Amino acid sequence: MDDWFPLLLSLRVATMATLVATTLGIALAYLLAKGRFRGRGLLEAIITLPIVLPPTVLGFYLLTLLGVNSGIGRAWERVFGGPLVFTETAAVIAASISALPFVVRTARAAIEGVDSRLEALARVAGHSEWHVARLVTLPLARRGLAAGVALGFARALGDFGATIMVAGNIPGQTQTLPIAVYDATQAGDYGTAHVGSLILAAIAIVVLLAISQFADRRI
Amino acid sequence: MSNVTITATTATGGSSVHADFVAGPGITALFGPSGAGKSVTLATIAGLLRPVTGTVTIEGTVVADAAAGIHMRTQERRLGMVFQDAALLSHRSPLDNVALAVRGGAGGRERREVARSWLERVQAGHLAHAPTAALSGGERQRVALARALAGDPRLLLLDEPFSALDHHTRVALRQLVLDIVADQDIAALLVTHDVDDILALATSVVVFEPGRTEGTYAVNARDVPALLRDMRVTPHGDPGP
Repeated sequence: MDDWFPLLLSLRVATMATLVATTLGIALAYLLAKGRFRGRGLLEAIITLPIVLPPTVLGFYLLTLLGVNSGIGRAWERVFGGPLVFTETAAVIAASISALPFVVRTARAAIEGVDSRLEALARVAGHSEWHVARLVTLPLARRGLAAGVALGFARALGDFGATIMVAGNIPGQTQTLPIAVYDATQAGDYGTAHVGSLILAAIAIVVLLAISQFADRRI
Repeated sequence: MSNVTITATTATGGSSVHADFVAGPGITALFGPSGAGKSVTLATIAGLLRPVTGTVTIEGTVVADAAAGIHMRTQERRLGMVFQDAALLSHRSPLDNVALAVRGGAGGRERREVARSWLERVQAGHLAHAPTAALSGGERQRVALARALAGDPRLLLLDEPFSALDHHTRVALRQLVLDIVADQDIAALLVTHDVDDILALATSVVVFEPGRTEGTYAVNARDVPALLRDMRVTPHGDPGP
């Protein structure tokens, strides 16, 4: 493989997407774990959708939502002078949405696993709900949160279907490593496909090993 | 003078608990079989649960009134709470655990000073920076007691604080609780299964039967045989048939 752009783009997109999915995902996980409100089940279903939908369908909806004829797409174009779709930003959005349910589900389980008496004691001691979350819930859930972030990163790095739908396959611009592997295979360039696949598989294994480390370590 | 008055029904997952008693100064024991609703009653007084009917009053302040829709937040009730297994934050030092419970606008350094003095008061000053997860059961309960006191509470809620301890440690901690309640001139509610706890600490005892309080009895040496008969228990034993 002599063109490293797809790998660098993939790492950049996955890192940005992980930041987005982590911030949004932990907030949503906390809301789902602690909140009692109407529509909670529906919200959870919508967040989980990217796991069960075909990635092309997810990508199609994102294309419809963010495309040049959509409200968001037009607003974006007015502000930034160019379309949102078929850009690196679109790839970040697609990867973020794909990663989000993995962050939310893992983080939610971790937050729900925190001993509720510790949270009760913090309230008894006079701490606001925000302080209870910051001092007690999130620190005690940190291993599960880290596992969710790692899983989200792996998912963001590996996204193919949603990314190709909404960001396209523009070499040197939006062609991420999974898409480059697809392209190389289609072109009969099995050498490049092998190298790209090996890199993605190696990163995935490292991430999964890291997750099992988070789970095993006890303090 | 009454420190706590509760006449309230609290629903938890299908069953409900009706508590009706007045607790004065000193230590009032809540006694009865497991699952009778003693811990639910403490949670209702703490504001962690909302009663479906009735009222809770702490030192003359109505903190909960179901009919009037009053529910003072737990944070504002100025309580101290201790659970059976201490429930310390394992990612913080014992000193931090206590310092986090110091109330008011005090800065970090001031909170730590208050926390340190409370740790010393419970003879745990040497544990300030010990690894929290490595503390023994008795050490953990001392830290938990310091944490409960650090917020300058007007009422202590003790949920079986001695039941996980060996006999020797239990006797030492009983004396500590007795001394602190006398020194600080505060009231305490003590959930316990242990008649010895009641005899050693309590001025009165609220007896629970499943789902409700049965009655309140004064504890003094002369009345003890009658008290135990009333409670249908034998000394050193569990409730009889």
